[in-house]
Amino acid sequence: MNVLLGIAALETVAIVGGTVETLEGAKIPTATVVMRDGRIERVTPGREVPAGARVVDASGRIVTPGFIAANTALGLVEISLEPTARDQSIESTPPDANRAAFRAVDAINPRSVLIPVQRMEGITSAIAVPEGGLLSGQSAFFDLADGARAEAVVRAPLAIHAHLSAGGGAAVGGSRGYAITHLREILDDARVYSRTRRNYDRNQSRALAGSRLDLEALALVIDGRVPLAIHADREAELLAALDLAREQRVRIVIFGGAEAWRIAPALAREKVPVFVHAFENVPSGFDALSSRLDNAALLQRAGVAVGLSAGGEAHNVRTLRQQAGVAVSWGLPYQEGLRALCRTPAQAFGMGGDYGTLAAGKVANVVVWTGDPLELSSQVEHVFVRGKEMPLRSRQTELRDRYRVLDGMLPRP
Amino acid sequence: MRMLLLLLGAGCATAGSAPSSPAAAPATSAAGPMDSPRNAKPLLLRGATVWTATGKTHAPGEVLIVDGRIQEVGERVSVPPGAVVMDLPGRHVTPGIIDTHSHLGVYPAPHIEAVSDGNEATAPVTAEVEAAHGFWPLDPGIPRALAGGVTAMQVLPGSANLIGGRGFTVKLRPGRSARAMRFPGAPDGLKMACGENPKRVYGRDRKAPPMTRMGNVAGYRAAFSRAREYRDRWDFYRRQLQDWEKKPVAERKERPPPPDRNLQMETLVGAIEGRILVHVHCYRADEMLLMLEIADEFGFRVRSFHHAVEAYKIRDHLARREVGASTWADWWGFKLEAFDGIQENAALLAAAGGRSIIHSDSGIGMQRLNQEAAKAYYKGRAMGLDLTEDEALRWVTINPAWALGIDKSVGTLEPGKMGDVVVWSGHPLSVYSHAEKVLLDGVVAYDLSARPATPSDFETGLGEVGP
Repeated sequence: MNVLLGIAALETVAIVGGTVETLEGAKIPTATVVMRDGRIERVTPGREVPAGARVVDASGRIVTPGFIAANTALGLVEISLEPTARDQSIESTPPDANRAAFRAVDAINPRSVLIPVQRMEGITSAIAVPEGGLLSGQSAFFDLADGARAEAVVRAPLAIHAHLSAGGGAAVGGSRGYAITHLREILDDARVYSRTRRNYDRNQSRALAGSRLDLEALALVIDGRVPLAIHADREAELLAALDLAREQRVRIVIFGGAEAWRIAPALAREKVPVFVHAFENVPSGFDALSSRLDNAALLQRAGVAVGLSAGGEAHNVRTLRQQAGVAVSWGLPYQEGLRALCRTPAQAFGMGGDYGTLAAGKVANVVVWTGDPLELSSQVEHVFVRGKEMPLRSRQTELRDRYRVLDGMLPRP
Repeated sequence: MRMLLLLLGAGCATAGSAPSSPAAAPATSAAGPMDSPRNAKPLLLRGATVWTATGKTHAPGEVLIVDGRIQEVGERVSVPPGAVVMDLPGRHVTPGIIDTHSHLGVYPAPHIEAVSDGNEATAPVTAEVEAAHGFWPLDPGIPRALAGGVTAMQVLPGSANLIGGRGFTVKLRPGRSARAMRFPGAPDGLKMACGENPKRVYGRDRKAPPMTRMGNVAGYRAAFSRAREYRDRWDFYRRQLQDWEKKPVAERKERPPPPDRNLQMETLVGAIEGRILVHVHCYRADEMLLMLEIADEFGFRVRSFHHAVEAYKIRDHLARREVGASTWADWWGFKLEAFDGIQENAALLAAAGGRSIIHSDSGIGMQRLNQEAAKAYYKGRAMGLDLTEDEALRWVTINPAWALGIDKSVGTLEPGKMGDVVVWSGHPLSVYSHAEKVLLDGVVAYDLSARPATPSDFETGLGEVGP
């Protein structure tokens, strides 16, 4: 994968002496991470530095992979309530249930001021997910690098997103059951389409459930090239999602999963990764009456690959590490808490070869923390994206510094 | 998950003078809550690190609670015979967490229209409504907040309106009515809202006033002008009545008729007189300053601004005028007026001598206000501000208690205060710590080891309720 064109670092950097959580196995108490040409060259115990490398002293510090924010609107929204600063959903009238053709990648703004805000808290990649409808569109995986969109984006489409919640039901007339029926029809038709494209192009096809672009997009799911990411919380819809995956022979990933703990063994058996929100424990609606704080722990214990979801949020994606801390406090093993932020999302989307752990050959997204990255007292000291050190500066730190001293700034009344 | 569905505001006040307005509608609950349970025996908490939120931490220390009140706090306290001892090695004890800004009960779980009772969005000024009258005491969010160490909260109307109505303060003991859960002796709050919300709800959605921030201000001023006239009418009536009563019976003419009672005006007069504390939902610095001008014009005090993401820009004003600011640790950007939020907001205000408060406005965030305070504190430390852990704790204990006018009763661990206390499994500013026990009036109201919890009425029938 040619992710490193354009904005990869040119210098060789060695992060020396930190406790390195590679997340491949046990942490290495004193290790050196060498980054060259945007990739990790090696992670080795000790303090050996290659000639000519710039040294970053990480003694007493913790070094982790950069975190991957799953299920965000990062890059797609600047101000949530401002329609002209929001691009994560298509607001057509009447609302279109099938928006599979909508590509988040085309809306990503790599100059969003939200991006440095998250990056300086250890998030180095994000999965931007479209919202709305039964099929909301195609997500994109991008690095929080400074640069043009084409350079930041690593993979798009990453997945196509379906919604089997009450919202998904509402998109097709009200019943969650009809959302499933409709989804089944759409996938069937996508299969018909991919077999009979020529007929379709000659107008010799029956009407299919979706526009040409929608059907083209769904062909990727049918062919197994991208997973169908199903957003569902209630046990009944999660089971329906498993049935659908089996019947349609498609790969699925679950986002939400508030009640996933109830069917953890089935999810483990089917090897379906689940991205939960670790703060969710309120019976907030009829999709999530039985949500609980130990959801992630129960899933992990049953053998499910469990990740954490930013819940479609953009501005405060940085709280993902707090989520992981909370999940750990409710029983998720510590390293699994870290993995939920990097290795699990990378592997769930078939990107484990390049992302998610600190190992030779992987993309050099690396963070140096003052302490335990899940602890509230810890701060980011260095953040590298593709081997390039990024400044710990954002619109927020600039505002902070502007108002650091008020003298002479505001007239006294 | 969105924690910011409801962006509201709240009020302010001054030390109370005797009610002089009509009908003597007290700003405090007319009748107190039901008697709270009490331990028959004194309770001694022993062996824990005791954070008092007064600047002093005893490591380890002891807390003695007798008849629901804290009797003694220190390294060692005198233990009366027959005291029940709770040994708490490695634990941390703090005052109960207090949230100035909750919609539990008025926007309860499940978050559906049938129980959305927090915004009387039928007119921009609805000072006559009370959150207590829309409050569902069985909100499943309430026991979860308690499990997060919250012992008191102000329940506020929403921020659709310029003046949304009265908020009230609740003690988080289970109760079957709002009245049963009222915090004893707490004054009511008045919820006002600045900025985008009223403009959007009325101007944009209904083409009705207010459509602009100009309209917002005209709306507050018109309402408080009417309130002052109303107060003057009642004052005039009372003087007339006094004169009439002084006259010998034979010389009395017709008894002066009282003015009509107006519930909306009663609430606003209560705010002017300081019996009702004014809490204003307001994000932008310039709008907070504008609200202070309006308060000066009409003679009320703003007790605290809520959300106040730009408090850091006017922290000198807020500190000098003793106006509190309830804010989040890190929420920002969901609308333009929240775009300049920074994580150092609370810390900068505190360092300037102001009253920083971390509030939730969320049934989710409310369960971890200790962590929210921690995030804000550590960002302040990281920028070099000289703050203590005790100060951070004050952002969720004594400072909110002050904003709600209950600081004489709760908010610190000091003799004479209510025994509303949290026992934490570890350092309260750590992401890994849980509230293990929450005491209300010295009685264990939540116990982590007693899981699974009894489900709320709403959750009954769903099986086990998780943490």
